[in-house]
Amino acid sequence: MLKTHNTDNEPGGIISWFSSTLGQILISLFVPIVTFLVLWQGYLFLQRAQAPQIVQVIVAIIWGVGGVALLYVVANWLVLKLPKPWSSRLQPFVFVGPAIAIMGWFLAVPVFRSLIGSFRNRLGGGWAGLDNYIFAFTNPRMLETFRNNLLWMVFGTFFSVAFGLLIAVLADRSRAEVIYKSIIFTPYALSFVGAGVIWKFIYTYKGIGLNIQEIGLLNAIVTGLGGTPQPWLNITPWNNFFLIVIMIWLQTGYAMVILSSAIKGVPAELLEAARIDGASEVRAFFKITVPYIRGTIITVVTTIVIFSLKTFDIVRVMTGGNNGTNVIANEFYLQSFTYTHQGRASAIAIVLLVLVTPVIIYNLRQFNKERKGF
Amino acid sequence: MAKSAKTQKRSQQFWTNFILIVICILWLVPIMGILITSFRPSQDVFNSGWWTIFPHREQVEVDRFKLDESVDVDGPITIEGKTATFDEWRTGIQFEDGRMIQWYGNKRTRELIVYDKQWVGFATDLTLKNYSDVLGGKTITYKDGQGNTITRYGNNLGGAFLNSLAVAIPGTIIPILIAAFAAYGFAWLNFPGRNILFTIIVALLVVPLQIALVPILQDYVKMGLNGTFLGIWLAHAGFGLPLATYLLFNYISTLPREILESAFIDGASNFTIFTKLILPLSVPALASFAIFQFLWLWNDYLVALVFLGEKNKTVTIAVAELVGEKGQDWHLMTSAAFISMILPLIVFLSLQRYFVRGLMAGSVKG
Repeated sequence: MLKTHNTDNEPGGIISWFSSTLGQILISLFVPIVTFLVLWQGYLFLQRAQAPQIVQVIVAIIWGVGGVALLYVVANWLVLKLPKPWSSRLQPFVFVGPAIAIMGWFLAVPVFRSLIGSFRNRLGGGWAGLDNYIFAFTNPRMLETFRNNLLWMVFGTFFSVAFGLLIAVLADRSRAEVIYKSIIFTPYALSFVGAGVIWKFIYTYKGIGLNIQEIGLLNAIVTGLGGTPQPWLNITPWNNFFLIVIMIWLQTGYAMVILSSAIKGVPAELLEAARIDGASEVRAFFKITVPYIRGTIITVVTTIVIFSLKTFDIVRVMTGGNNGTNVIANEFYLQSFTYTHQGRASAIAIVLLVLVTPVIIYNLRQFNKERKGF
Repeated sequence: MAKSAKTQKRSQQFWTNFILIVICILWLVPIMGILITSFRPSQDVFNSGWWTIFPHREQVEVDRFKLDESVDVDGPITIEGKTATFDEWRTGIQFEDGRMIQWYGNKRTRELIVYDKQWVGFATDLTLKNYSDVLGGKTITYKDGQGNTITRYGNNLGGAFLNSLAVAIPGTIIPILIAAFAAYGFAWLNFPGRNILFTIIVALLVVPLQIALVPILQDYVKMGLNGTFLGIWLAHAGFGLPLATYLLFNYISTLPREILESAFIDGASNFTIFTKLILPLSVPALASFAIFQFLWLWNDYLVALVFLGEKNKTVTIAVAELVGEKGQDWHLMTSAAFISMILPLIVFLSLQRYFVRGLMAGSVKG
């Protein structure tokens, strides 16, 4: 099965090679052109199609996936047509080239384009010097987003990790471990938009008046206990915490799963020895388990901190960033698409990048340590 | 002594399970709320909480009567031995036997309603109407002031569902394919710039995608890719590739070298080795990342909002519109949200083990 392909590499006679070169070149040109035309026709079909949506969707899927596979096959075929030293020199780039090109276009180059853009005016008209950064660091709107993101970062991360750890430790001692863990993990599969709908039914407020029955769970509980219903999402600054609860609900499962597997790696003898020495469960947890899984805790905390820095969907759907709940990523969205102030938006994106830079540096250091086999 | 240790252990078990059950209930109640709401008739959704479908005691109207014409409604009104002003009657007066009497409407109606607390059983009027409404996209036509006929399309969630599939399936497969090729290249082929290129990929792992939105959107507008599926596939490929390449590299580079070397000796080309040998061997890693990426794409809101927008709406956008601007179609909101969750929940619950594996390997992503 593996032997069938070696015909391409077989050194033919120099004359036969020369005589077939013209044909080869023609074929080499023909195949990519046909490929390109087929893909282009597919693209045009999708652009103009009046077919039922389901047909369009199926065609789109086949065209997209098949097109990418086809491009690799054709590129590889072309490279193998080249003389030997060139084909082995170029082949690695058939493999890594597309990935490098796409990452370059979508992530690496935009870092510099956004950096340049951050010194430009509204709509990129002219240069603005440091104005956008002055806005980013001094405007009350931005200061509010920094405060809120800090709240998300500190409280969201702390409670997600603390609950995750608590559940992981407790579930480890229970026979129904799998069931508990599945239930806590489930919200992680939901979209933030969906979670927004779910929590709207908890926080909603109908107002005080005749014959009004609250349909929000929280207000129903409050009135049931004899309190007055509150418009929870309008009370600054507490509304931030009500939004953070949603994040905790979503992220605890993630923290739990990762921490749970780390806890299972703690040697049972160590814990047993501590218990024999008379250490309480709580003490054994803080003195043995926690130090043992420290590395995993740092990873989980880092991941959730980055998540909380970029939080967007929940705020966008629940409050739109009004009533003092704005966050950096939402202000980015507003500047960029509502106020069309690309300069400011770029500056905010750069601020976000700077905030995650420590993590980038940490990742690179870790990678350099482990790359001995590279 | 032994017995007390045993009872201590038992009480520990009890408290462990007790705390876990309480937490699990707290975690489930929000989902239960919208699941139940999505099956309730729209009128009920506005008027009472979802928990009222369970048996509970409630004020039920038991009687109505008219007040005699001779009673002066402007002064204090006495009914069944209680005297109160009109406004107080309007708010409702509570009687000692549990009944409540309330004035209905304005002063001229002279109508009073008697309520009594009674047990109400399980609600039986659950319906699938919210689902059919939100999936079918009811079209409303009406005439405006100038007599022009205006057609307003309902939220066609069925269409949005298809769009989400059209985004998520290729958006998952394309970057995986590209990343697998790249991972093979980085792991087994030698070429200049290999180290520096891979280091850049590691650095890109946590770069926030906000950095790319403005420049890429400018490119897309110039190229006519804005609002197309191709555009959003490329964008998701770009944002997903660093993690995909990194994960698959970690996996592929640990495959035993001997397999490859013997294949090379047999004269197989790199392409053959990759498609016939490496891809089948990497299925576990590919599956973990596929689930990860699929859920990410299905649940994505920001990228779809920026690059697809109104055209080719995905489910997240459709649901967000229901929540945001109109904001009043509570019954549709819940069924829509639930439809948007079915697929990720199925994928997630059935493939959880693979997913967890991918999650552990990729917990560096931002």
